[in-house]
Amino acid sequence: MSSNNIASAAVGGVNGGGYGAQLSYLVKCTVCSFGSFSGGLAIFFALWWVCIYLVTLNPSYAHFADFGVVEAFKAVPELWHDKTIPHALSTSGYRLGAGLLIAICIGVPIGIVMGRVRWFQQLTNVPFQFLRMISPLSWEPVAVIVFPEWDQAIIFLIAIASVWPVAFSTAAGLSKVDPNWFKVARNLGAKPWHVLTKIIVPAITFDVLTGIRLALGVAWIVLIPAEFLGVTSGFGYAIQDAREGLNYPNLMGMILVIGAVGYVLDTTCVILIKRFSWHKQS
Amino acid sequence: MSIRGTEIRIEGLSQRYPSRKEVTFNRVDLTSPPGEALAIIGRSGCGKSTLLHILAGLTRGTEGRVLLNGVEVTGPSPRWVMMFQAPHLFPWMTVSQNVGVGLSFGRWSKKEIEERVTEAIRLVELQDFAGSNVQDLSGGQQQRVALARSLVMEPELLLLDEPFSALDAFTRASLQKDVRSIAKRLGFNIVIVTHDIDEAVIMADRAVIMAGSPGSIVHELDVDLADPRDRQDPAVQALRARLMSTFQEAAYSKGGALATEAVQ
Repeated sequence: MSSNNIASAAVGGVNGGGYGAQLSYLVKCTVCSFGSFSGGLAIFFALWWVCIYLVTLNPSYAHFADFGVVEAFKAVPELWHDKTIPHALSTSGYRLGAGLLIAICIGVPIGIVMGRVRWFQQLTNVPFQFLRMISPLSWEPVAVIVFPEWDQAIIFLIAIASVWPVAFSTAAGLSKVDPNWFKVARNLGAKPWHVLTKIIVPAITFDVLTGIRLALGVAWIVLIPAEFLGVTSGFGYAIQDAREGLNYPNLMGMILVIGAVGYVLDTTCVILIKRFSWHKQS
Repeated sequence: MSIRGTEIRIEGLSQRYPSRKEVTFNRVDLTSPPGEALAIIGRSGCGKSTLLHILAGLTRGTEGRVLLNGVEVTGPSPRWVMMFQAPHLFPWMTVSQNVGVGLSFGRWSKKEIEERVTEAIRLVELQDFAGSNVQDLSGGQQQRVALARSLVMEPELLLLDEPFSALDAFTRASLQKDVRSIAKRLGFNIVIVTHDIDEAVIMADRAVIMAGSPGSIVHELDVDLADPRDRQDPAVQALRARLMSTFQEAAYSKGGALATEAVQ
């Protein structure tokens, strides 16, 4: 059960009146939520283990044992102690954060103008859809030529991959804004700046955050292959390094960490979306 | 909270939408003294809501002008505030924040905003809900918040565009009485557009009937009744019957000379 249900349970509990009943409901929901989380993970790791076990039954594939779940988990503490994971976290995190920040700074204003100015939306629709459909990684040769450093090239790739979900989600959010809110604001003496800060921004925060969540997913996927080339740091490089050193437990350990970090980032976005959503949940 | 009313003067006002050939209403002249509650009654399409939008400065008339205390209305202002059919509250805000949103557009200190918001919320009797999210309120309570949001601006003129039409009968009756009582206590003008005869009788000091195509004011009726007004009061019912027959007569005729009656 999700935290969403926990929140509604809390409301239901308050309405129901009994504090004890509310607490008991919350405990029940938390247990259910934890049960789903750990149960899902257990099934996933069990399937991983079974697959590797079945493959390694054939002696000619015995070396696939290094890809096993136990080996991966064993590799993680070692990768942490030799600073591979902390270093990858800081360098990949910096590239991801910088790329996303650029995408948000460009995407949100573009999305607002697209949502508010009809002729701009019509004018930019075709070129933006065209650019959106170009795989971000296909810009890599261009980025390498344009930017003097690899870091900048990777940040550019993340930014170009992330800007479209942010811009389109912002524009979609704005198109759903009740036009009567603008009429009411104008009626009460709002200037364009007030309309932007007091009406538009809070009204579309939910959609912007949803766009950022989508962008984060795309950026995280683009980041790893982008780090395969040129750089000597980051998660992509760590995987590449492990592969070239035939250190498969380390490779699988890094994949495990990439998945976990991606999950944490996505969950953070979900929490932020719930925090800033004003949509009444039934 | 004490508010001055305003003298409303509409001079030769006509409206024609550029996309349409026909005129919505033609050469409307109307005056209303400070503190008066004026009801504009008419069938759909006669241009009464458009007239209200022009009074609010949200639309400009094609010809003529609107003067409030001698100053021409050229745009919206916190001095003349409109309440719409639906409350159109900002759902991410609490009741207090919604009420104070208009003040936050101006140069008011946080303390002044807080004081005026508290007073406006007290006027509409929503003190217990000040911190609640507006989505948790009933339709009637939401319309009360919209009323407080208008009152907090201390307007000289409150324009009401069928503001209670979406509410149930009990809530509507209660809000009609409350709005009139607040307006009379504070002294501001009301112009209410409605096609509900009861609403006009309960809320207005004078009713004007708009009819025809293009619309024009075809009849005026003084609603000279003591407060508080009760629907069951024979004087209220008699006036209601008089207004209804005048309305039907005017609405189904092809227009006609302006007539004025005073009913005791």
